[in-house]
Order: sequence, then C-alpha cells, then structure tokens
Amino acid sequence: MFLSIVHRATGIALYVGTLLLAWWLIAAASGPTAYGHVHDFIASFIGRLIVFGYTWALLHHLFSGIRHLVWDLGYGFKANERETMTWGALVAGISATVLLWIIAYMIGGGR
Amino acid sequence: MSAPNVVKSMRTPLGRVRSLGSSHSGTTDFWRQRITAVAMVLLMVPVIVVVMMMLGSNHAGAAQMLGSPLVAIILLLFIVASTWHMKIGMQVVIEDYVHHESLKLAAIMANNFFSFAVALASIYAILKLAGGV
Repeated sequence: MFLSIVHRATGIALYVGTLLLAWWLIAAASGPTAYGHVHDFIASFIGRLIVFGYTWALLHHLFSGIRHLVWDLGYGFKANERETMTWGALVAGISATVLLWIIAYMIGGGR
Repeated sequence: MSAPNVVKSMRTPLGRVRSLGSSHSGTTDFWRQRITAVAMVLLMVPVIVVVMMMLGSNHAGAAQMLGSPLVAIILLLFIVASTWHMKIGMQVVIEDYVHHESLKLAAIMANNFFSFAVALASIYAILKLAGGV
C-alpha cells in the first residue's frame, strides 16, 4: 500500500523538522536578534513552504498514526475498513492543514 | 541411544521468551512508541492552540508566552513525547534499511545523539524562558 511508506516518509520529515522547532525555542531564549532571524526565515517564501509542509507532515502522521493505533487494538482489518481509514487519514491530513493555515492567516499570521 | 533434542538449559522455551523475551529488551520500544503516540494525540490540540496564539508576535510576546507555566508544561510534555517517539521511529527505519553492521551501529548512535540533543536544547530553552535557569 502506497500510503504506508508515506507514514514513514512524513515521520522522517518531522524528525528533521524538529530542528526548526528547537531553533525557534533557542532563539526565543536567546533574545530579540536571534528571534528576528527565525521570524525572517519563517516569513520568507521558502520558510513558509517548509512550515506548510511541516504542518501537513505532522497532521498526516497524526491521522495515519491513529489508524495504526486502531489496528494495534485489533480493529479495522476488513478490506473496506482499511480503505476507509487510509483515505480518511489522507483527506483529514490535507483538510486540517488547509483549515489551520486559513485560520492562521485570519488571526494575523500573514505578517 | 541418540539424543536429537539436547537440553542445554534448565529453562523451558516458554520461560525464555516470557517477560522480556530472548532479546532481553523485549517489546519496550514497541510499547513506548505507542505511549508517546497516544500522548501526542492528546497534546496535539493544546500545542496547535499555543502555536496559533503566538502567530505574528514579536520576541517579547513570544518569550512571555513561552515562559508562562501552562504553555511551558504543554511544550515540555510535547518535546519529551516527540523526541522519544522519533528516536524509536528512526531506529526502526535504520534497522530496516542499513544492513552493514558497523554502519548500522554508527547510525543508531548518531540517532540517539541527535534526538537527545534536540530534546535537551529545547527543554533548556523553555526552562530558561520560564525563569528557572
């Protein structure tokens, strides 16, 4: 199944992406100059693209992961259940990402 | 008088695999991967709310919010769960794809260093903002 490898790929992307989270926190602890660098990077086109990708990777991994937890509990192994959960995780991940970014721009993240 | 099944141990096969199993570390990582996963399912909404509240804020605003107890605790829990989860996840990936023994050990060691460093750096930053360090 193609989406099985996507779970792993998003996991690897999130692994690297924690560097961005750590950089943001360290910069906040360091002072206004360091925080300004992070802010400038995230506000740039490339930065925004990376954070958008990170948001999707996180949410897809979350929904896809919930699917795995359901399987761990012994449910959802019928063909139609597998299909529904897998497509559900994909659609939920994309929808939630777009929704969060719309909200983010509405409350002033567009700066 | 042949003895095809020579018993080399007093322990029964069942006894050997019970509890921690033959590898002596058993399913610890498997179980911790699930604990941290469920923890992050629960933490996801609070973390998203925290990040959303900080959008567009300058350094003073972000530092003040990151230093407040509730936000700091939510982020600390998320950092512990996520770095632990990603360390186990990457180890599974390494074990699946890296078959050269010494390269595999080096990669697993690097994975531990990276995950621990990210965790400690992030925790230190939050504690400093919270005024504890």
